[in-house]
Amino acid sequence: MALLEVSNLDVRFALRQGEVKALRDVSFTLDRGERLGIVGESGAGKSVAAFTILNLIARPGYIAGGSIRFDDRELTTMKPRQLQQIRGNKISMIFQDPMMTLNPVLTIGEQMVECLKAHRRIRTRAAREIALNKLRQVHIPSPEKRLDQYPHELSGGMRQRIIIAIALLLDPDIIVADEPTTALDVTIQAEIMSLLLELCEKHNVALVLITHDLGVVSQVTQRTLVMYAGRVIEQGPTREIINDAQHPYTQGLINALPQMATPGSRLNQIPGAMPTLAKIPPGCAFHPRCSFAFNDDGSPRRDCREVIPGFVRSGNCDVACHMVRDLVENDSDARDPVEIQEAP
Amino acid sequence: MTQVKARSAPQAASAQAGDTLVEIRNLEKHFPLSGDFLEQLRFKGGRLVRRQEFVHAINGVDIDVRRGESLCVVGESGCGKSTVARMVMGLLRPSGGEIRYDGERIDHLSPRQLLPYRRRMQMIFQNPYASLNPRMTIQQTLEEPLRFHHPDWKTPQVRDKVAEVMDSVGIDPEWGKRFGHEFSGGQRQRIAIARALAVDPEFIVADEPISALDVSIQAQVLNLLMDAQETHHLTYLFITHDLAVVEHFGTRVVVMYLGRVCEVAETHTLFSTPRHPYTQALLSAIPRLEDDRPDYIRLEGEVPTPVNLPSGCVFHGRCPHANDRCRREVPELIAAEGTRVACHGVEEGRL
Repeated sequence: MALLEVSNLDVRFALRQGEVKALRDVSFTLDRGERLGIVGESGAGKSVAAFTILNLIARPGYIAGGSIRFDDRELTTMKPRQLQQIRGNKISMIFQDPMMTLNPVLTIGEQMVECLKAHRRIRTRAAREIALNKLRQVHIPSPEKRLDQYPHELSGGMRQRIIIAIALLLDPDIIVADEPTTALDVTIQAEIMSLLLELCEKHNVALVLITHDLGVVSQVTQRTLVMYAGRVIEQGPTREIINDAQHPYTQGLINALPQMATPGSRLNQIPGAMPTLAKIPPGCAFHPRCSFAFNDDGSPRRDCREVIPGFVRSGNCDVACHMVRDLVENDSDARDPVEIQEAP
Repeated sequence: MTQVKARSAPQAASAQAGDTLVEIRNLEKHFPLSGDFLEQLRFKGGRLVRRQEFVHAINGVDIDVRRGESLCVVGESGCGKSTVARMVMGLLRPSGGEIRYDGERIDHLSPRQLLPYRRRMQMIFQNPYASLNPRMTIQQTLEEPLRFHHPDWKTPQVRDKVAEVMDSVGIDPEWGKRFGHEFSGGQRQRIAIARALAVDPEFIVADEPISALDVSIQAQVLNLLMDAQETHHLTYLFITHDLAVVEHFGTRVVVMYLGRVCEVAETHTLFSTPRHPYTQALLSAIPRLEDDRPDYIRLEGEVPTPVNLPSGCVFHGRCPHANDRCRREVPELIAAEGTRVACHGVEEGRL
């Protein structure tokens, strides 16, 4: 029984110009203590996925279908009061910009105590003690002093440590981190990431790490989910995805990294750009940019243009690609009838 | 006629590749922090005293940009890399030191006197959402620098040049009628590059040109910059914090910390044998795709504020190898096995 089970999640935004499907058919599971990375470019829907886990999707966005089960309880239909007992308590979140997350007019201590009091019946003195303890865990120098400081008195790296301390305050089972180090410098990023890793391992906390940085994913997570235009296109063990990606988009993303090319040579670029969610191409959303969406004779493949690919298992990865499906089927049995999921 | 001249100039330039195009000597920049004269006055011990505070953004920087190279300046936020770029372009006036372009001093020139140089050096900014005028079509955006720098050109000549530039950076001529907001980040950066190339510059300052873009788009723009360098014989001063990009793109690298240069080296040398402790820490912090866990060099503390600079070596507070001399004496850039390093430890042979 997985700790978190997201299945067939559909999230839409009802805009004046029409409905935008931000997430389509997203499914994944997260076990206790597991670290999952969600990667993709901006607009792929990875942040929407993170927000949806905590049911933080506000109008005009709504969950159009699917389920999110946490500890065998359904989150999508839960009443706000019940949800509050889970959100911030059992599942906590770390946002991208530490300055936006902290309240500028409250001291660090006040914010931490406030958070504890919202979820537990606890005296201020005891709450401060817990807060102090958490600040020590995130290796903040002179934590007693920090409790009475305001966020603006601290540097970016220090603020993000405080955010992590707050996320850990109620001993959550899951931490969802949305681009936690994007606003920080490389040396600080390395520090924050190793801290997050250390704490998750020590307290057996599961981590959902949203990022666009494949390097970070490869160093922190055990499993990876690659998203493109609102869909999951590949998921599997991180090492397998990094070393032997199956989906042409994942391959392209990894090969486009400067560290994959010999210095000074041209980089392997993916042509074009990701479609906006309002104008997702039919069939496989990646087909206009894909170099495998062609038959042997060079004509465009019909299934790539018309049929949304379902998942096939290749190695330990699940891949949504017609080309990979053909490869897998040729491997096992060339004559098997093709089972395709029709586009709705 | 003019076009022919503009074309032949860079070729002449490449013939003497390797000589210094931009020479930065002992550059300094302080930004006043304490406001107007009246705001600087304070009562202290019954007397009125004037107190001035400065952000010491750049403190004695020497950089040579050689013709035809891609010189990358790296460092963390606040190290002064963008300030250097802006001063080279004449967008900020230095508080001290000299900038020479092709042998001529340019740091004290008036905007009018700077004009002939502006045609030879162009800038690409970080945020393509802010650097394109939202009320101009792409055609107008690309024509503007040409009309400004070549007032004698007739409209057909300007149009031809714009078409040529659009073609060279892979912009669809159809885009000309549209406005900046209709394009994605990568496309906008392409337009910004086209605008920079329109006046046939020989030197381009690029301030974090790909930081705002997605990975797959970054590759496209980097390829474009490398192609442009080949066809237009450009020299780049490339400001970035992304070391993976530097390793790929740069011929030489300048590492900056708190307004000073720590290390200058050929890219290959810097990445294979970093000498300065800060460079070592910076390189170890890059998230790599390889299997092994991050084994980075943990730096103590944080970057100090540039308001009250530390004495001696600016890095001594975080350096694991600092000794008394580092706390007292400011290290000079010295040559050391193919690199130039500002570190007492390297000079003394401790590191």
